Amino acid sequence: MANMADIEFKEKLFLKGYPFKHYSPRPGDPISNAVTPLLKPLSACTVALVTTAGLSLPDQTPFDLTIRNGDSSFREIPSDISPQLLEMNQRSWSFDQTGILRDRNLAFPLDRLREMQQRGEIAALAPHNYSFMGSIVGPATLMKESAPEVARRLKADSVDVVLLTPV
Amino acid sequence: MCNQSVGLIQRQIEYAGITTVSISLLREITEKTRPPRALFVPFPLGYPLGEPDNADLQTRIMRAAFALLSRNDCPVLESFTP
Repeated sequence: MANMADIEFKEKLFLKGYPFKHYSPRPGDPISNAVTPLLKPLSACTVALVTTAGLSLPDQTPFDLTIRNGDSSFREIPSDISPQLLEMNQRSWSFDQTGILRDRNLAFPLDRLREMQQRGEIAALAPHNYSFMGSIVGPATLMKESAPEVARRLKADSVDVVLLTPV
Repeated sequence: MCNQSVGLIQRQIEYAGITTVSISLLREITEKTRPPRALFVPFPLGYPLGEPDNADLQTRIMRAAFALLSRNDCPVLESFTP
């Protein structure tokens, strides 16, 4: 189990002082409080994956690990690829990358989703999935630009359900 | 930070009219970011779906996460029991 005790002292100090409240949901904010009920069974749904594992395809520009507040851009990952093709660029504090490097499904379970579709547990995989780099300390651009843009694209693809995975 | 980023992205997607659920590796952070629906899993950072090359466990975690989609008493934060 991961808990705050596992995190290195330096990171713990950082997290202790980090203004989470600043980015926490606020009363009256429509984005923070939005709830979209699912109106059909999962077996009738188109499902997309969104991860913050920093995964990208070999022909895409890798995430920029040098940006001070974190790279808030995203990469669009089509569903018809093998997840093992994905490369990981992650400026992260203290997490073990070996599991994901062995099996990308650990963070980006495209093969599992395909199996669920074959068994009829979901109707379809969305044509596009999205990957972010996780360690975004200054999330203003993420909140104002890249996350709403990904939401628009998912909506344009008529996605019903999104599963999000951190690392 | 990953867990916060997931929460922020998740809220935008839910706001756009798509039902969402996320995996949480750090309960403390998810309690602060309060995404609409999250499944806390008892695995180390870097292991959101449990174990590499363990399709059965990965599928069980996904099914447990998808089971939260019918919940609208948000924020929902449940724990996965392996």
